[in-house]
Amino acid sequence: MDSVADTPRKSMLRQNLAEFWYYFSESKSAVVGLAFLAGIILMAIFADFIAPHDPTIQYRECLEHAPAWGEEKCNFIFGTDYAGRDMLSRIIYGTRLSLVAGGIVVLLCLSVGIVFGLLAGFFRGWVDTTIMRIMDTIMSVPGLLMALVLVAILGPGLLNAMIAISITYLPHFVRLTRSSYITESSKEYVIASKVAGAGRFRIMFITILPNCMAPLIVQGTLSFSTAILDTAALGFLGMGAQPPAPEWGTLIAENRDLMLSAPWTVTFPGLAILLAVLAINLMGDGLRDALDPKMKRS
Amino acid sequence: MFYFVLKRIALLVPIFFGVTIMAFGFIRMLPGDPVAALAGERDMTPERHAEIMLKLGLDKPVWQQYLDYIWNLLHGDFGTSVLTNRPILDEFLELFPATIELGLTAMILAVVIGVPIGIFAAVKRGTLYDQGIMGISLVGYSMPIFWWGLLLIILFGGVWGLTPISGRISFLFDVETVTGFLLIDALLSGEEGAFASAMHHMILPTIVLGTIPLAIIARQTRSAMLEVLSEDYVRTARAKGLSPLRVYGLHALRNAMITVITVIGLQVGTLMAGAILTETIFSWPGIGKWIIFSVFSRDYYAVQGGLVLIAMIIMSVNLVVDLLYGMINPRILHTSS
Amino acid sequence: MRKSLIRTTLAISLAVTASASLAAGKTLVFCSEGSPGGFNPSLHSAGTDFDASAQPIYNRLTEFEPGTTKVVPGLAESWSVSADGTEYTFKLRKGVKWHSNKHFTPTRDFNADDVLFSFNRQWKTDHPYHSVSGGKYLYFGWMDMGPALKSIDKIDDYTVKFTLNQPDAPFISNLAMDFASILSAEYADKMQTEGTQETVDNAPIGTGPFEFVSYKKDSVIRYNGFKDYWEGAPKIDKLIYAITTDATVRFQKLKAGECHIMPYPNAADLDAMDKDPNINLLSQAGLNVGYLGFNTSKAPFDNKSVRQALSMAIDKQAILDVVFKGSGSPAKNPIPPTMWSYNDDIVDYKYDPETAKKLLAVAGIKELKTDIWAMPVQRPYNPNARRMAELIQADWAKIGVTAEIKSFEWGEYRERIRAGEHSTALLGWTGDNGDPDNFMFVLLGCAAAKSNVARWCNEEFDGYLRAAKLTSDQAERTKLYEKAQVIFKQEAPWYTIAHSVQFRPVRKEVKNFKIHPLGSHIFKYVDLQ
Repeated sequence: MDSVADTPRKSMLRQNLAEFWYYFSESKSAVVGLAFLAGIILMAIFADFIAPHDPTIQYRECLEHAPAWGEEKCNFIFGTDYAGRDMLSRIIYGTRLSLVAGGIVVLLCLSVGIVFGLLAGFFRGWVDTTIMRIMDTIMSVPGLLMALVLVAILGPGLLNAMIAISITYLPHFVRLTRSSYITESSKEYVIASKVAGAGRFRIMFITILPNCMAPLIVQGTLSFSTAILDTAALGFLGMGAQPPAPEWGTLIAENRDLMLSAPWTVTFPGLAILLAVLAINLMGDGLRDALDPKMKRS
Repeated sequence: MFYFVLKRIALLVPIFFGVTIMAFGFIRMLPGDPVAALAGERDMTPERHAEIMLKLGLDKPVWQQYLDYIWNLLHGDFGTSVLTNRPILDEFLELFPATIELGLTAMILAVVIGVPIGIFAAVKRGTLYDQGIMGISLVGYSMPIFWWGLLLIILFGGVWGLTPISGRISFLFDVETVTGFLLIDALLSGEEGAFASAMHHMILPTIVLGTIPLAIIARQTRSAMLEVLSEDYVRTARAKGLSPLRVYGLHALRNAMITVITVIGLQVGTLMAGAILTETIFSWPGIGKWIIFSVFSRDYYAVQGGLVLIAMIIMSVNLVVDLLYGMINPRILHTSS
Repeated sequence: MRKSLIRTTLAISLAVTASASLAAGKTLVFCSEGSPGGFNPSLHSAGTDFDASAQPIYNRLTEFEPGTTKVVPGLAESWSVSADGTEYTFKLRKGVKWHSNKHFTPTRDFNADDVLFSFNRQWKTDHPYHSVSGGKYLYFGWMDMGPALKSIDKIDDYTVKFTLNQPDAPFISNLAMDFASILSAEYADKMQTEGTQETVDNAPIGTGPFEFVSYKKDSVIRYNGFKDYWEGAPKIDKLIYAITTDATVRFQKLKAGECHIMPYPNAADLDAMDKDPNINLLSQAGLNVGYLGFNTSKAPFDNKSVRQALSMAIDKQAILDVVFKGSGSPAKNPIPPTMWSYNDDIVDYKYDPETAKKLLAVAGIKELKTDIWAMPVQRPYNPNARRMAELIQADWAKIGVTAEIKSFEWGEYRERIRAGEHSTALLGWTGDNGDPDNFMFVLLGCAAAKSNVARWCNEEFDGYLRAAKLTSDQAERTKLYEKAQVIFKQEAPWYTIAHSVQFRPVRKEVKNFKIHPLGSHIFKYVDLQ
């Protein structure tokens, strides 16, 4: 019985995936972005093997050493920072922090945002009004400012920065879930399953939610890149990850006074941020085109 | 129309209260003792401590502090800065023109460059030009602007010595504050070189703050244009043999502008967030730098007041954009009312 | 080619505008580091506030001679102390003129009423001006002026008598501090009748060398030289503070000739400043000390040999190289070497991880886990506490001590240290008045329970300090303080790190500028060539 029902479902899934990949791979830049992102993820996972040095070891005979290649002593491709630590290794380890921060922000936003969005869409009335007014309030303050104030309360640190950033992104997810829920819930297949006697939660999570996922995934990808940017911005302002944690924004902040005398300490971490964000955005563009033909512009 | 406006304004009331509760609550939740922070390394007797708490009104119950707060807000009193003993509103108004000025020049830069290259990319769709423009704009969109600012400082200020890297004008010019907008004040002052100096100081901050809006506007203009170009009346116009300039310039652009205006409106919040970073990097005496400084020096009331004022400004701008949008595109009025 | 042409044109136009405006009268530009909180020095506490108010605008009864901590007559021409050391009688200077502005034109010279107004406002809670402008007289409180004072009496228009509750040797130095600046009583009365009391603090009127002209927040403060200044008109016609918060940027401006003097350079830029032919890099040992305090009320730091072992494990030279970059001198005593009674016979703990390990083993300590607290702010005595903590952490790891770096928001940091939550904490002190009492008694005395980071109370040490407070014979006090320093070093409640050297890059055309050991920037004798 089960297998009979499952087979067409599986093949449909496979067909959907194939279709998705077809659209996605149509865009060369999206594939490049994906490949690059995969590279960054691998770098984060295997940082222990890739990084030429321990990111915390202070080579005190090589303070603020300029990038060097093939030198006998102080051979650091990206140079060293004020305490003689290898910039390249710190940036490689920093990948972990940035990716994890971005990922957690997106997961938090997705899970909390979906729940609130569904609640608002399902119950409507005062539940809806309350949730949406709170979201409007959050949106009325610029995200970075909001995050700053939240971190000021929670105390500086990577975890608190992630929480603060998640809160500022939440309204987008709630609004998106709510509006697609409302659109979907009036469609025939929902009414059909209601008639068939499906329970509230089944309708909410199993019947409707999967059909709202496409825009949420696109929003999630976009938020992934902005989360990395905002984490770095908070780190830069001294309110995010705290040194000696090698988070990219923090690296720039802690070396900022060396900006002119040892510019490599500031340039490379920023380049890392830019490249990572660019890769995710490239991929996000392709993802949007593939998942949501309605949003497809060109 | 009247009903539409009224409804929009009514929507702002709960948000206003939301923002005040948030601003008030945040500040109460801050860790540490504000009076102790004032003392630094030095010691303070308990009597002295209590006296200062009393002066700051921190000895009252919290709900009463909130009611006092709202009451004062409604009378235009946004509190007093702990650091300078001056009214928050005065400080805000003194610094705000600098932020608007920078925001406007950044926006002008973004529109003046972003719209034409967006249109160009749309017209040349699929060509190398298109790909190049879109590629660069994606880089701009992905830019960590605090790093971008530092990079420009290193290059333009440090290596090449081309542009000033901080402040609004050379201190040599004692330009009288009339409007608060330095470009205008500099012109009014008639001092030779003042305007040039002010412009010169604006170059780097404008580029940094304008980068992300420029990228967004270019991308949005391109997609809006593409949509319009594929519509029947444009095709008809082209088929009728109207000159490309007329087609693109008149028909298409006018319709694409609706999208562009909305995007510009939506950028106000982004600009404000960008101003925090840009002003910090370039020592630009505006709201962004002020609010960061207030957060760091735990100037309770300044952060509180700044938060509410900024939220109010963004709400009003969004309101105006909504109304403008409603006027350009009357369909909105009917669907929402 | 074209690029370089543009560059040259821009550079020339910059240079031309700069020199043209500077030529009109002598204008001195100081690239200050931040916006002042206000212009009444008794209401504020930061160096930035004093630089903008106390030094250019006001005078005090006694003054520090620029460049030293020697107390010289100011608005008081002379003074006498009663035999029991509790009564100070000041003869005031005659013919001292007040500034004027659009709110106020003085009708009389400086006199005793101004002295009474300036002190009573801070002291008496029922004074009509006590609560004006927030009324937080921080320094007046920190220097314990309230409890110290019994009365202040006007004997005649040019004689004032201060009576103290008990003899207090550093009192005369305290009166030379910025918070004790003298404001105009006549101006205050006028503003009170007009109902705009805050004006006194926002549009300052003083007797000092420079008249306040205007202030644009976060941009610029302007002063004019005061022609009728009692020491003679300053050589500079216009004084401008160009507010520039970033140290790197300040240096760029100095190089470009956009300002003449800048405070607080980045340690990283010192080399370049030294090499620049247009810049004189002045330096002077600062009147400060940076230290790591061991919380002696917590095990195992109550054990002297643990404190000694941890002291020996720290590579002081590395800290001086990395954090101070040559802008610090190693510290072995709790007071700086420029201060009288500094005991130079003391021998510092040598960097010796092996002995440190042994000492720990003897003390029975294995796998010590502890924390290092790092201040979140930059201070003269510690340009970067984070970096310092990272270095100490790495050093301690070598002798098997695991330390976690902790930091809190500044107010909270102080609160938690006062509550004794730390194991070891970085902090420091900058002198207020040049008296050793202002270091040792305040930071290490048994009575200073709260600002005593080490929570250390040694009866012998404390005995010397208390004895030194009661006599004003400096030779005797010196002996007492020297003995106290011996005990301090043996007991090692602090790991003394460094005394920072103050650097002031100054353009070559500036004459007669001296670094002030207490940190203020004083321009009254400065000239431009």
